[in-house]
Amino acid sequence: MENLSAGVVMPGCGPLPILRNVSFRVLPGETLGLVGESGSGKSTLALTMMGYLSEGLVKLGGDVHFGGHSMFEAGTGTLQALRGGEICLIPQNAGQSLTPTMTIGQQIDEALMLHTDLSPRERKRQVVELLEQVRMPEPAVIARRHPHALSGGQQQRCAVAMALAGRPRVLLLDEPTTGLDVTTQVHILELLRELAKSRQVAMVFVSHDLGAVARVSDRIAVLYSGELVEIGPSTRILKSPEHPYTRGLLASIPRMDGARVPEVLPGYPPPLAGPRERCAFAPRCSAAKDPCTAGRPALDVRGERYRVRCHFRRDELDDPGSLVRPSTRPRNGVPASSLLEVRNVAITYSRKSLLSRFTGKEDRARVLTVDDVSFTVHRGETIGVVGESGSGKSTILRAIVGLQPPCRGDIRMEGSRPLDDRVDTRPLACKKEIQLVFQNPDSSLNPRKTVAEIISAPLELYFGMERGPARERAAQLLQSVRLTEHYLDRTPGQLSGGEKQRVGIARAFAAEPKLALCDEVTSALDVSVQAAVLDLLSNLQREMGVAYLFVSHDLATVRSVADRVLVLYQGRICETGPVESVFAPPFHPYTGALMRAILEPDPDRRPRVEIKDTVESAPPRQGCPFQRRCPHKPGKICDREAPPAQELANGHRIYCHLSPAILHS
Amino acid sequence: MRVATQTGPVNAGAASAGPGRFRRVKPVMRTILSRPSGMAGAVLVTFHLLLVIIAPVIAPYDVTQQDADRILEAPSMAHWMGTDSLGRDVLSRTMLGGQVSILITLAASLIAAVWGGAVGVSLGLVGGRIDEVCMRLVDAFLAIPGLLFLLLIVSFAGGGVFALIPTLSFFNGISVVRIGRGAAQSVAARDFITAARVRGHHSRFIIFREMLPNLQDILLVEWAMRWSWMMLAFSSLSFLGFGASPPTPDWGLMISDSREFLTVAPWAGFWPALFLSTLIIGINLFADALGKALYVDRENRAPG
Repeated sequence: MENLSAGVVMPGCGPLPILRNVSFRVLPGETLGLVGESGSGKSTLALTMMGYLSEGLVKLGGDVHFGGHSMFEAGTGTLQALRGGEICLIPQNAGQSLTPTMTIGQQIDEALMLHTDLSPRERKRQVVELLEQVRMPEPAVIARRHPHALSGGQQQRCAVAMALAGRPRVLLLDEPTTGLDVTTQVHILELLRELAKSRQVAMVFVSHDLGAVARVSDRIAVLYSGELVEIGPSTRILKSPEHPYTRGLLASIPRMDGARVPEVLPGYPPPLAGPRERCAFAPRCSAAKDPCTAGRPALDVRGERYRVRCHFRRDELDDPGSLVRPSTRPRNGVPASSLLEVRNVAITYSRKSLLSRFTGKEDRARVLTVDDVSFTVHRGETIGVVGESGSGKSTILRAIVGLQPPCRGDIRMEGSRPLDDRVDTRPLACKKEIQLVFQNPDSSLNPRKTVAEIISAPLELYFGMERGPARERAAQLLQSVRLTEHYLDRTPGQLSGGEKQRVGIARAFAAEPKLALCDEVTSALDVSVQAAVLDLLSNLQREMGVAYLFVSHDLATVRSVADRVLVLYQGRICETGPVESVFAPPFHPYTGALMRAILEPDPDRRPRVEIKDTVESAPPRQGCPFQRRCPHKPGKICDREAPPAQELANGHRIYCHLSPAILHS
Repeated sequence: MRVATQTGPVNAGAASAGPGRFRRVKPVMRTILSRPSGMAGAVLVTFHLLLVIIAPVIAPYDVTQQDADRILEAPSMAHWMGTDSLGRDVLSRTMLGGQVSILITLAASLIAAVWGGAVGVSLGLVGGRIDEVCMRLVDAFLAIPGLLFLLLIVSFAGGGVFALIPTLSFFNGISVVRIGRGAAQSVAARDFITAARVRGHHSRFIIFREMLPNLQDILLVEWAMRWSWMMLAFSSLSFLGFGASPPTPDWGLMISDSREFLTVAPWAGFWPALFLSTLIIGINLFADALGKALYVDRENRAPG
């Protein structure tokens, strides 16, 4: 048996260590999940395992052993043969790591040429075989395509196929599924698991997503601020973690059972570099006691292949049960008055053809991105909108704010007032009522303005405030998003991702809106930060009585914040109703498939994949939008007729030809 | 990480400078001067600009004063750089030779950057048919060899400052249009512009308060590049007899005058050529360092 071990590695910046005494070993056929928040040194560690140090880093001590080789002492020739051959790294964004000018086949062929001595003809066959192994439909066709013609999930598969070309014994995966849809994620993870087992490949799976890690790993290592804090069998870590950080991390993940609100892990990780005389987690640890600040704990062996870096044992810490708190979200029994009404809205991005403009007839060739979407948002409630990428979630938000005029239907505020199609023609008071919080805080804040200027803009615009009072109010708003006024003179570049998102939220709330549209507001953030932002949003709602339209691809997040949910597929509503009803049977086949594909850090729950992760570029001309991917398709009727709305209890509605009784099972 | 440690002090400086229009000047200048090429560029440009101001005071001779007895005299104690074909002092003429060209090109490049930037940014924002048509026009103009077209226009309209400034700034502005449009398009696609639109700000606010701060770096560097290009173009025109008119001292003109006597009196052509090329090299080095320094400054504001 081949033995791989990564020894003590300490690269650092001059005398400042980035990674401290990280050591573990991975056996063939075994998968180690490496978890940590952004900035914990995950990616540096992954690169170090390849024997590569990023610019400016030096090795302070330790070594990486692979087979009989030391990755840091091996010659360039040996390293070149090892990298890409025996040991392979699959980077986070495979789409960007594929060469855009070469076909997939050529790229895999190149890898084969380098690492095997097959003849061109054998290689050609091998290319198709590899693509087949990563479960590509029509591998021969895919081989002739260029990367841009493939979906994100397919690109990721190609990267895996390329990595497999060299028959690696070790695969390093750096956030391989981040940014993909749930169903795609599960497909890829499933694939990786099988490959690792069947080919006896040792895998190191680096991710911040505990759900994904739980799915593939035999063992899990938790990295915090450049050091391992806990490493052991995944079942044990997921079920009864010992280290307070791991416990906090697990508690901050929203769960589908809805029994708990994600717990907020207070504070931020310390800077990686710098001297360290105490437990790195102590400042954020709720169980911190004197010894924690006095000395740095050692990685304690606690059972077979299980080590924890904490001064205390599990039973010496607080009862972990206290971390679970029941949902405190008040569900309003009486529906409040309606705030926003969206009626039969259809949106298209294509222009009307010349002919149909003359005849005034509806253009049949036009693709409607969103069709026949109706829903009502009541005062102070949260509507969750879920669906995969391309389901038209963001398009609906764009229509509501007036960036993308709907081609049919109308949008009304407060029951009667219709909103103009275009934002430029709406009165200012109307714009003030609806505010947007964006997905990506890097792009939604002007990098050239200070936080004070950013938050003052809506204050000056809507309330005619002068610079001085606006600044004071901005400071207050910062406080309500739990930032201090020291932030006023900083520019967005000086803030972390979570801080930027808070500034974005403060800016939206500066307008004192009635409705806040949240477009994937947490998807760019770390889990612990995500929990803090969700917590903040629900507090603000309680204080200000604002309604949210909360768009997300993450069902668990929506589950934890929303009162009512819309499930969208291809811009059509599949299912709608109160969260409790929608996320419980009977399901629309699509909701059901999404639900079962959810990745949760629970070793007992294995996600199932029922639907193919093919991306449909356009909805079918007629019939049910989900007809091509539906696992329960009853017959031809789905291709011909649009599914009827089936009313169930509590305003729960499912658009499907199947009866609720069948959907229930 | 190496970058992060470097940025530490710079960052602290930027933060302590507080808000203000010119808070970036200091760190940016420091970065420019920290590179050898940036330092060289800054020194050369400063030297030439200072010369423009003080040359009239310190020039030892009257630049138009001819001396029939001292034609094409070699460098001596009386005439450090020798004399030209009309017996004029080469040193005095070289010192003042940049005055006309530098002032004209500075003015013209500023005009070019402003009009080109304004049109480019507007086109980037307006988009659609107007943008399409204008950009094809820009392409057409850019396809014509610049100097030839300049010559054509100047030979019709005649030389002189009032024909040159508009012509130079028009042609150089066209390439600024292209740059400005691209930059505006990429900024306009960012979410904070959408945010401002959705909030309901005036387009004036969006352009001047949201977009321009993000475009000024690009336009500033582009202006410097245009200036250097114009210096070359103006001197070429002077050399060909369409730029500055005699007896004005001008480098291009001086090189042209000295051409016939290059073998007997190389000094008459060498010095103006040296001054002209050092200025152009200086501007280029400075523009290059400026671009890099502005980039570094932006990155410093975005640690991690």
